[in-house]
Amino acid sequence: MTTKNTIAVLVNDHPGVLQRVSGLFGRRGFNIESITVGQSEEVGLSRMVIVTVGDENNLEQIEKQLYKLVDVIKVIDLSSKPMVARELAMIKVKAEPPQRPEIMGVVETFRAAVIDVGTTSLIVQVIGDTEKIDAMIELLKPYGIRELTRTGVTAMIRGNA
Amino acid sequence: MSAQIPEVRSTDELRQKWMKPEVITGSEILLRSLLLEGVECVFGYPGGAVLYIYDAMYGFKDFKHVLTRHEQGAIHAADGYARASGKVGVCIATSGPGATNLVTGIATAYMDSVPLVVITGNVVSSLIGTDAFQEADITGITMPITKHSYLVRDVEDLPRIIHEAFHIANTGRKGPVLIDIPKDVSAAQTLFVPQTEPVTMRGYNPNVLPNKIQLDKLTQAIAEAERPFILAGGGVVYSGGHEALYEFVRKTEIPIATTLLGLGGFPSGHELWTGMPGMHGTYTSNQAIQQSDLLICIGARFDDRVTGKLDGFAPQAKIVHIDIDPAEIGKNVAADIPIVGDVKAVLELLNQDVKRADLADAWRAQIQQWKAAKPFSYKDSETVLKPQWVIELLDKTTKGGAIVTTDVGQHQMWAAQYYKFNQPRSWVTSGGLGTMGFGFPSAIGAQMANPDRLVISINGDGGMQMCSQELAICAINNIPVKIVIINNQVLGMVRQWQELIYNNRYSHIDLAGSPDFVKLAEAYGVKGLRATNKEEARRAWQEALDTPGPVVVEFVVSKEENVYPMVTQGSTIDQMLMGDE
Repeated sequence: MTTKNTIAVLVNDHPGVLQRVSGLFGRRGFNIESITVGQSEEVGLSRMVIVTVGDENNLEQIEKQLYKLVDVIKVIDLSSKPMVARELAMIKVKAEPPQRPEIMGVVETFRAAVIDVGTTSLIVQVIGDTEKIDAMIELLKPYGIRELTRTGVTAMIRGNA
Repeated sequence: MSAQIPEVRSTDELRQKWMKPEVITGSEILLRSLLLEGVECVFGYPGGAVLYIYDAMYGFKDFKHVLTRHEQGAIHAADGYARASGKVGVCIATSGPGATNLVTGIATAYMDSVPLVVITGNVVSSLIGTDAFQEADITGITMPITKHSYLVRDVEDLPRIIHEAFHIANTGRKGPVLIDIPKDVSAAQTLFVPQTEPVTMRGYNPNVLPNKIQLDKLTQAIAEAERPFILAGGGVVYSGGHEALYEFVRKTEIPIATTLLGLGGFPSGHELWTGMPGMHGTYTSNQAIQQSDLLICIGARFDDRVTGKLDGFAPQAKIVHIDIDPAEIGKNVAADIPIVGDVKAVLELLNQDVKRADLADAWRAQIQQWKAAKPFSYKDSETVLKPQWVIELLDKTTKGGAIVTTDVGQHQMWAAQYYKFNQPRSWVTSGGLGTMGFGFPSAIGAQMANPDRLVISINGDGGMQMCSQELAICAINNIPVKIVIINNQVLGMVRQWQELIYNNRYSHIDLAGSPDFVKLAEAYGVKGLRATNKEEARRAWQEALDTPGPVVVEFVVSKEENVYPMVTQGSTIDQMLMGDE
């Protein structure tokens, strides 16, 4: 059964490591839906969070193939455990003065924020899981979206684990 | 001409000599580090970006450097050296085109898990990324075909990187490691402190010892099996597990097939050995796999040339998969009993309590019956030379004792079928990548690693022309390889596919315009001989064996001969074309 899987990969913070990991996905025919990278809690190590679509065999192969990379320290299948996943999006939406109150209403409902105001546009920042951001985009579409950027998902296991 | 292979010199004494910490250049660090890693010879080709390294090599006699005529020759020679010796093969090339000429050889080694350390030069650090003269992002280009790679940014990292590279290349599932050294790094100086501590790397810990519970499951499965069968691959040879495998078969009396890369990992004359399985494998091995109820795969990776159509492979068998690389387990064929570990270590542990497969007597009888009824066979001729007959001639006259390297194609399959290997590291062939041009230069490396053994390089007329320039190396260094060319004047394996699968539409396979191979050999100062019938063949081959130096022997053979049996793509391996027996 094909599902969406979220994997955290702890890697050496060496030049080229992102290329090694993303190259591995490409070469082996694994799909990357989103990939985020940044510093981890330990100096010298980065944490990548990769969202991938595939079946159980795919996921097992991805984990095993990742472990073959010398720069990969640890691979964690986050989606097999209770996790929190968040993504940030910025949406530049067309907003003539008459539409603004309506748009502000949507922003407040989603507990999003307006982070820039132009004469005919607003930049809305929204943080949440992928579904929430998708919903927000749907609601803003009728006003006209001029530009959209999303960070991709980052995630962690809930609780003390 | 002296009849000496260039001496290989790396000794404990020399290693001691280089042990004292000293301020030296990156180039000297490289050379000393190679010596400390036990390197005896390197194959290479100089150029702008490695000039400091070659300068440091001026007058350096502590290991042998072989100057090939093409970087591809260098890396295949290093590969042949590694396969025939079990040591790490080393080659050096310059930046840009020098480095990219290595790509085929790196991929070849990667596919067959051969330990190499590949050293390339690069442009000076400040020019990297500017499309400078002879610049190529070789670490980027080779990332998918190396086990690991390094771009050295600081000369101080060099001793550690070289030490790590050798460790990574020759442990776990072996493979090629690339070290890219910018020109300024090879010129920079630093205090060299020899690296002798064992390497510890957080992200690299091959799992050598298996899980005991899985071993017990296997022991139990053997006791219950009525039709057990072993499929042994290159991992047996690479781990040095051939003796343990022999012991395992002796104790369990389970019939065994060895894959293309596993040839020599088990003595071919043994009663329980059924030959190579797969596309051009024996009837017995393929039937045995398909009808087995327990298939024990040892150090092999279920390559598609072995399995045929996956859906329908070994349909009745409980699958046991023993491999050092966890990623191989379940990649192509799901394993019922997965065993991750070094093949030798696993077999030695198993041998402690494994017993004879007592329920398999009828099965053993069945295997013997198949073996007797359907051995490899061909229709011999008195008018034209048959390539199979030529291989049999080589086998008989050398009693299976030579190191044989091959190129890729029909001659490769015939060599695998008709030469009888009885010891590991005697068979050097490009399996996974199927690299034409590999056969001849790899023999140079194999001979360097084994100065006292007979090395025969079997090539087709096509592949021989992909690296024939390395005849120069044999001549000037007097490397006594016996270079066999099975000349059928076409790209034989392509011809076979076009005949059988593409309705006799022979598209662009005619090698008319090939050189006179005897004259080609002579042009390089190598003896050349030709045979067109059996009598000439016997005589020419004997002359080659009696000649102390390198010899090219061209056997002009039948053009139409095909390799049988054959399993066409999309068939299960028991659906075999047997040819006209």
